[in-house]
Amino acid sequence: MNVEQIKEKLINYDGPEVNIMEVCGSHTGAIAKNGIPDLLSKKINLISGPGCPVCVTPSSYIDRLIDLAVNEGKVIVTFGDLLRVPGSTKTLSQAKGEGADVRMIYSPMDILKPAMEEPEKEFIFAAIGFETTTPVYALLLEEIIDNDLSNVKLLTAIKTMPEVIDYLCRQKTIVNAFLAPGHVSVIIGSNVYIPLATKYNIPFGVAGFEAEEILEAICGIVTEQDGGSVRNYYVKVVTEKGNETATGIIEKYFEKGDAVWRGMGNVPDSGRYIRPEYERYDAGSRFLDNDVKKNKACCCDKVLLGVMRPNECPLFGKVCSPLNPQGACMVSTEGSCFSYYSYGR
Amino acid sequence: MCVANYGKVISIDEKTALVDFNGNRVSARTGLVEVKEGDYVLVHAGCILQKMNQKDMEEITELINEEEQAVRQLSI
Amino acid sequence: MSSDIITMVHGSGGSATSELIESIFEKNFDNDTLSEMEDSAVVEGAPRFAVTTDSFVVKPLFFQGGDIGRLSICGTVNDLLMRGAVPKYITCGMILEEGASIDNLRRITESMAETAKEAGVEIVAGDTKVIEGNGGIIINTAGVGFVDEKLDIASGNARPGDKIIVSGNIGEHHAAILASRLGIETDIKSDCAPLVKIVHNLIAHRIRIHVLRDVTRGGLATVLKEIAGACGNNFMIKEELLPVTSMVKEFCGLLGLDPLYMGNEGKLVAIVHPEDEEAALDIIRHSTYGQDAVCIGEVVSGGDSASGNDRTSGNDCTSSKDHTSGSVILETLIGGRRELDVLQGEGLPRIC
Repeated sequence: MNVEQIKEKLINYDGPEVNIMEVCGSHTGAIAKNGIPDLLSKKINLISGPGCPVCVTPSSYIDRLIDLAVNEGKVIVTFGDLLRVPGSTKTLSQAKGEGADVRMIYSPMDILKPAMEEPEKEFIFAAIGFETTTPVYALLLEEIIDNDLSNVKLLTAIKTMPEVIDYLCRQKTIVNAFLAPGHVSVIIGSNVYIPLATKYNIPFGVAGFEAEEILEAICGIVTEQDGGSVRNYYVKVVTEKGNETATGIIEKYFEKGDAVWRGMGNVPDSGRYIRPEYERYDAGSRFLDNDVKKNKACCCDKVLLGVMRPNECPLFGKVCSPLNPQGACMVSTEGSCFSYYSYGR
Repeated sequence: MCVANYGKVISIDEKTALVDFNGNRVSARTGLVEVKEGDYVLVHAGCILQKMNQKDMEEITELINEEEQAVRQLSI
Repeated sequence: MSSDIITMVHGSGGSATSELIESIFEKNFDNDTLSEMEDSAVVEGAPRFAVTTDSFVVKPLFFQGGDIGRLSICGTVNDLLMRGAVPKYITCGMILEEGASIDNLRRITESMAETAKEAGVEIVAGDTKVIEGNGGIIINTAGVGFVDEKLDIASGNARPGDKIIVSGNIGEHHAAILASRLGIETDIKSDCAPLVKIVHNLIAHRIRIHVLRDVTRGGLATVLKEIAGACGNNFMIKEELLPVTSMVKEFCGLLGLDPLYMGNEGKLVAIVHPEDEEAALDIIRHSTYGQDAVCIGEVVSGGDSASGNDRTSGNDCTSSKDHTSGSVILETLIGGRRELDVLQGEGLPRIC
């Protein structure tokens, strides 16, 4: 089928109503950017899931980073969009404005050079992310160890996808199909979703990020896939087993543990922590469980679980906007609320 | 959630590969998959996550060429 | 100069200050008005003129395709041009942090002089201050330009049917700056340029220009949304027509950015009478810095009931978006529709 035929099928779809959750934030972004909802029949609904690591990082994690920077004088190194996430009192960006040393980088590996050049300072990498980014942190740990650097540590908030999908399915969600995360699947492989698909009798389609790739996967899920089936539409980089070297190095440095997701609470086994034998490289990542809502009425949790749409939240667009986010979904450009707000979805 | 892009490996120096993204060059850490010069790879946060197979590589090159041609036509 | 860096003594107002001014600023900005070294410049005037000011804090000071000096002239000159003015005079306020390299200051000043010459403006007044700091350089420029009495170019003037033209490829300045900050090697150069020729040629050929806007911070989407808001009409633009090089596209892909929200320093949007579209495009493409100009869409009626004035104010109920007026709609490559808003946040690179 070519793209035009796929579009034809999707706009004219008249079968049972399908609520597809795109778990991954990059999918949420690509769907909004390409105006994809416009190309679907009213019977196909896309729902954003908890797949934006910035959005699901609890407030106590941000508070800990600020504490390390402000009270302990450490250099915080991180990705750009973590800077604006609200902790319980302020954001990293505000702490930076007050004099904290907070630096933005492209790759975690970029922390090595300043750490070697400024040995008198202690550097903390704010290591957030899912399975895609975890092997990068493992390689970073390997470099830190190989170079015998004693002034670099990680503060981790690493989360895993299959566990949170399992958690979602146990809630009263309207979701009855999943667009599975493409780049997470590069690492963990498409077979990971088979037990989930079978358990909940829900189809999973692993998709790429181009508009055509997303449409192809949605079309396949809606018109061809049975409940309980898993199909990989992103064959150019996703395999059944994933990248086993990457999962191997993740296992070497990290172990599973419970994790708190912002707004959602504790999700069993959905986190990754630096193993006790490498504890000296951990800046205190465990037990950052406290999650304070900036605004009691914030519905990020319901939005993340797919039981509420962003514009159904009483704060949406009123007190909560990208310039004054009340919850994390409005912070990241891939957050569901941000996406709804910015693209008028 | 995880921004990642395809680029072409132009050189390798120990654990680091220089990857070209249409005129933008990024140092990317190797170690998760074996790569050689000329390979098309998926890079995320300065790290090579996966290599693309030959067939897809050719398709991408073709796409890029088409796009460049389209851009050229536009600017005439 | 006895030393090669700026110290507090250079801001004392005494002999070190004079020496700095003479050896760097006066030497490069050489013109009769400035050479008088009076407390203010007295210049020829016109019945109607445009005035603007802008401050420049870019880091790094030197980047691919330009430097803070060239930027400080282009920014102010382009702002004047966007009201149809002929830029004439510029003032220059230099705030130097202790530790700033005098050699860098010299190069920046030379670049300002060269750009001013290119843009046909005179730097007629200046001021220098030194503050504590880490060697940074901040520049403020103000400018005056003469405006023909018959010209009326303003954002509120876009009418249904008008064509929306962009003078060239977008996103280059932003990409060049980010690349140097993040250590990404790239062939992308800042587009930093004075758009004098483009605007003058359009006016000289009597193109019916309704709106001109400099596409700087916030990018094309932000500027279009602002114009749409000011005129109360809707804009329909097509993704396939947007001028973006594949190099900038890839750069954006790497960092998860959107070219529509990337800053530029040498691009304008011209909204012109539909009958003048082809002539305008031809003129811009034959003017310096306009070779890649394209028409990206058109203005459509903002609906029957709505006018520019009775739109809902954005502050209290942005959620109930008013689709009847002031909207910018992008038809995506795949055939979907996406509504463009102004830039939210800071356009930071992200992994996620």
